[in-house]
Amino acid sequence: MLSPAIMRSNALSPMQSSSTTAASTTTLSILPDAAKLVFRGKTEAIEAAGAHFGVKPSLEACRFAAVGGRSVHWLGPDEWLFQAVNEDPIEVFGGMSAALQAQACSLVDVSHRSDGIAVAGPTAALVLNHGCPLDLSLKAFPVGMCTRTVLGKASLLLSRSEEQVFHVDVWRSFAPYVWQFLDEARNLS
Amino acid sequence: MLLINCPYCGSRPEAEFANGGQAHIARPADPMSLTDDEWAAYLYMRDNIKGLHHERWRHANGCGRFFNASRDTTTDVIKRTYRMGERPEAEHQGAKP
Amino acid sequence: MTDTYRVRRGDSVENCNAVHFTFDGKSYQGLAGDTLASALIANGVHLVGRSFKYHRPRGFVSAGSEEPNALVGVGATQSRYTPNLLATQVEIYDGLVAESQNRWPSLETDAGFLNEYFSAFLPAGFYYKTFMWPRTAWKKLYEPVIRRMAGLGRAPAEPDADRYTQVFAHCDVLIVGAGPAGLAAALEASNSDATVILCDEQAEMGGSLLSDRSASIDGMQAAEWARAALDELRKRSNVKLMSRTTAFGWYPHNFVGLNERVTDHLSNPAANQPRERLWQVRAKEVVLAAGAIERPLVFTDNDRPGIMLANAARTYVNRYGVVPGKQVVVFTACDSAYRAALDLKAAGAKIQVIVDLRKSVSGHWVDKARAEGIKVRSGSIVRGTSGRLRVKSAQISNAQGGDAETVACDLILMSAGFTPSVHLFSQSRGKLSYSEELRAYVPGESVERERSVGACKGLFALEGVIESGARGGRDAATKAGFSPRGERSYTVSAQSVGADAFIGSVMTDHQAEKRAWVDFQNDVTAKDVRLATREGFRSIEHVKRYTTTGMATDQGKLSNMNALGVVSKQIDVAVPKVGLTTFRPPYTPTTFGSFAGQSRGDLFDPVRKTSIHSWAESQGAQFEDVGVWKRAWYFPQVGEDMHAAVARECKVTRESVGIFDASTLGKIEIVGKDAAEFMNRMYTNAWTKLEPGRLRYGVMLREDGFIMDDGVVGRMATDRFHVTTTTGGAARVLSMMEDYLQTEWPDLEVWLTSTTEQWSVIALQGPNARKVLEPLVEGIDLSADAMPHMSVREGRICGVPTRLFRVSFTGELGFEVNVPAGYGRAVWEAIFAAGKPYGITPYGTETMHVLRAEKGYIIVGQETDGTVTPDDAGLGWAVGKAKRDFVGKRSLSRPALVREDRKQLVGLLTTDPKVVLEEGAQIVLDPTHPIPVPMIGHVTSAYWSATLNRSIALALVRGGRSRMGEELSIPMPDGVIKAKVVDSILFDPKGERLNA
Ligand SMILES: [Zn+2]
Repeated sequence: MLSPAIMRSNALSPMQSSSTTAASTTTLSILPDAAKLVFRGKTEAIEAAGAHFGVKPSLEACRFAAVGGRSVHWLGPDEWLFQAVNEDPIEVFGGMSAALQAQACSLVDVSHRSDGIAVAGPTAALVLNHGCPLDLSLKAFPVGMCTRTVLGKASLLLSRSEEQVFHVDVWRSFAPYVWQFLDEARNLS
Repeated sequence: MLLINCPYCGSRPEAEFANGGQAHIARPADPMSLTDDEWAAYLYMRDNIKGLHHERWRHANGCGRFFNASRDTTTDVIKRTYRMGERPEAEHQGAKP
Repeated sequence: MTDTYRVRRGDSVENCNAVHFTFDGKSYQGLAGDTLASALIANGVHLVGRSFKYHRPRGFVSAGSEEPNALVGVGATQSRYTPNLLATQVEIYDGLVAESQNRWPSLETDAGFLNEYFSAFLPAGFYYKTFMWPRTAWKKLYEPVIRRMAGLGRAPAEPDADRYTQVFAHCDVLIVGAGPAGLAAALEASNSDATVILCDEQAEMGGSLLSDRSASIDGMQAAEWARAALDELRKRSNVKLMSRTTAFGWYPHNFVGLNERVTDHLSNPAANQPRERLWQVRAKEVVLAAGAIERPLVFTDNDRPGIMLANAARTYVNRYGVVPGKQVVVFTACDSAYRAALDLKAAGAKIQVIVDLRKSVSGHWVDKARAEGIKVRSGSIVRGTSGRLRVKSAQISNAQGGDAETVACDLILMSAGFTPSVHLFSQSRGKLSYSEELRAYVPGESVERERSVGACKGLFALEGVIESGARGGRDAATKAGFSPRGERSYTVSAQSVGADAFIGSVMTDHQAEKRAWVDFQNDVTAKDVRLATREGFRSIEHVKRYTTTGMATDQGKLSNMNALGVVSKQIDVAVPKVGLTTFRPPYTPTTFGSFAGQSRGDLFDPVRKTSIHSWAESQGAQFEDVGVWKRAWYFPQVGEDMHAAVARECKVTRESVGIFDASTLGKIEIVGKDAAEFMNRMYTNAWTKLEPGRLRYGVMLREDGFIMDDGVVGRMATDRFHVTTTTGGAARVLSMMEDYLQTEWPDLEVWLTSTTEQWSVIALQGPNARKVLEPLVEGIDLSADAMPHMSVREGRICGVPTRLFRVSFTGELGFEVNVPAGYGRAVWEAIFAAGKPYGITPYGTETMHVLRAEKGYIIVGQETDGTVTPDDAGLGWAVGKAKRDFVGKRSLSRPALVREDRKQLVGLLTTDPKVVLEEGAQIVLDPTHPIPVPMIGHVTSAYWSATLNRSIALALVRGGRSRMGEELSIPMPDGVIKAKVVDSILFDPKGERLNA
């Protein structure tokens, strides 16, 4: 009765082949799918959420914490993004909402809302600075930092996982623009 | 491009923010008890300050929070930013129209 | 041609490297490192342009970015052609193609030169006075003629083939200008952990040091010291040196725009190089070391080719090894021209005479000139010149008048002193103060975190300049939070040129001032400026606009102070009281490409596409822009035009089933125990009693009572709502909700999350919709009883999770299938396949519009325009009358919002059913009424309805609901259209179809 299993599509998959091949030292790659949940709520609730998830969420602004494929990004004083790479959103959401039933909070599955890009290489910060107005020096934007910001005319979540590796999480319909923008920037820088 | 100190995230470029108009205009608790003139004043009347002005900003492309900023409209110097619910340190300056 | 004026090796050019280029089609040879100006001068070419208004022959006045005359067009092809570049800044390379501008048929014989013979008819304000009447002549006659005669370069005929980028950068200390002050500042500031950016507009850094053959620093010749200092800076990892980079604008909070010209000087740029890079630098501290610009003297016929600034000539000789002339008359009001004369003499030029405006002259440079046998004539002026395409002689007399002596020459050097470049300081809102001594404005109190050093601060003695730069550099690093290591000392050996200066016109005979140029590029004379004051203009801002002095592309870098001087003297008011024109960015002309950066072509705006977009594309859909979304507009089959396609899509959907991509709808998940209370406050409707599993159409107002947005809302659980918004309103609605939540009702336990892009939304509409969907759905009973109109269920479709809405925007039985966006296209294709036996059609936004219009459903932004209340739109039923408060409620009882003659939504049926009205057309009662005809409303939507086989329309009409049956008029250019007012629901008024 049901059609065969449906494959999830990524808004960026068509981009990869169209990208320039010039010898830029910065690479762009598509991050694997993940279960992504937006948590919003009170402090007691975020602690409970973290305990269930197995990653202690940062209460400090603009920081993320990660354990294995799971991470929690601070998005705002009452908002965090829970990510579990290559996990089933339904399961992660189900488990979390059960654990948070008594808590004053909101949990929303946004696994398909965005796609991810890794920007890596010695000039990754310079490439991002073609559209992102933030100071991306290690001093101002250390490893472990994350924030929503802008790149050109798109809004996105930017985080630094290593000195030379940034992750960009961007809403699906803006993802091709961001990819193309970064691709041009890395080839002109 | 202004540099605005978000009370949650720190100094950020203006591109991440959206201006939210004059600050400290509370929505009346019971609008239906207001006269038409009182309600119109709440809806439409705003200061046009030359000098220190308290205004709302939202860190729209950041933490998403609304907050207040005291900005000198003649120099664009932002004297202070503070969270919603807090009071400004100084009153409006400058002549009102 | 050989470069006969190249007299020796210049520091900035490589003698062994010949470079070939063309100017106005003629081939020339220069040396690597030459500017177009130095190379042309080396070839004896001085005539390079025609002036703006009178087409007078013009030559090089300067050697830098202040050049008013030598504007050229550069580029061998249209797609790489740039007009209005300065020959004094253009670097030559093999194959460079340059041309002069504003001349016809040629530079030497220009027809527009006739303008000069009519110059008596072109005084200040001529355009304002002459072309006022008759009004109609402006467009047809005056403007085209003036445009042909005036104007600068021509626009390229093809799109720019180059690419441009923009980069945001941050540093602790930004230093603008790499002359002696800037270099010293950089050496000091970077002798710490501070990150330093040093930028300079020239190809080679060093500023005035590069033209100085007499001074020495730390035992080195000035230029040599500059190169050593740059070597040292280059070694420091905390320093970024940026040449060919102009700091063109200052923006609030130490945000400075730099334009880096990356490839303009290369004959073969690499493919991955942008032509220009616009750096947006946020600096903790800024050191302005922008230097000073030499001022021309204003005397009759001071604009002939071969008359240039004294220190420009010094630069040509010392840096490029070219003498701009061999018989030289010098006219000066300060000592620096003596130094220039001596440098030219050393290079072999004959200095005929130095004419000095000052009564008594003395000092090192004067003495030296005299000692070398140069004739010095003090208390005198050059009061006229001769030579049509190149200066031939100067007439010299006492400053007060008397007989004139004619001296032959091919070069006149002039200098009235220096004007500090306070542009960026002034843009930063710093206050300027006038220095009587320097006859110039200098920086006063700072507003931003910056300091001026060196010549831009009014310091002209090298020792003081370097000392000031070093101190500024240390101060900047310290204030940025660093501790510069140790102070170094600089041993400077240089003779001062003093600070004497002059502003205004040197002429005592005002009649002769009609050809004494103040503004070379805009052809403004001292007489014009004087005339403006006589006609009553007092403020320099007014004089500027009336005469256009300072309004050319050089923004008055050479002319502003002289114009001020003329006005000040004429009305006998001190210079500071006359005022000062505002300095605005950009400092020098900056390309549009640079400002656009990467925002062009595909990257001009993000183009948002749904995950179903690629399917629609493969089916040949036409798309329309909705904000930055691309939405499928209609799906034409072979041979169909839009009309036919839409008619077919409507028919199939009404008779069987249609499928529509509604993914762009905004979506917000509202969760928390106070979710219903929050909904009550934000929407006009009542939400408390809406049961989980049910949908409701919600209307949202602004606080002023007008409709802001609408959408269907599903209650997923007692504490969870799935809210939809209009496509364009998604961000606005979420922002307004956050605003109320954060600022007015922070006590509510409810949180908002945007889910617009989480869900693909597939609308399946038509009597067969259920039959198509049923086999694909798991865990949901789709029957009318189990799942009535306006309900929502969660389950699976094609194996993936879905929130299934039973809802209709067409008036037919309908469903909206929400699935996670990554599955959108696959689910769409499965549904489409399942619909094949029923003849399913995909439909686009046009059909969606027609179907909803037949049902009288409004579209926010089409039926509403920000002045429409729910009652106006016929949505009074959606307003919860019993609610104490909601956003906009209080406004609904304001007198203007309850008037009976407000515009109300009605249907309109044209008398001739074939005629489709035009959206936006005005509606009147009596089309024969004399103009202006009172208008009582306008058409908001109008379509051909295939279902009703006639045209339909919706309109907002004054008191519309009480006009049922009335005939109204819609006057159009080709006649009046009559239409009858009817109810806005034109099809299935009882709504039986959607409950099927
Ligand atoms: Zn913030």
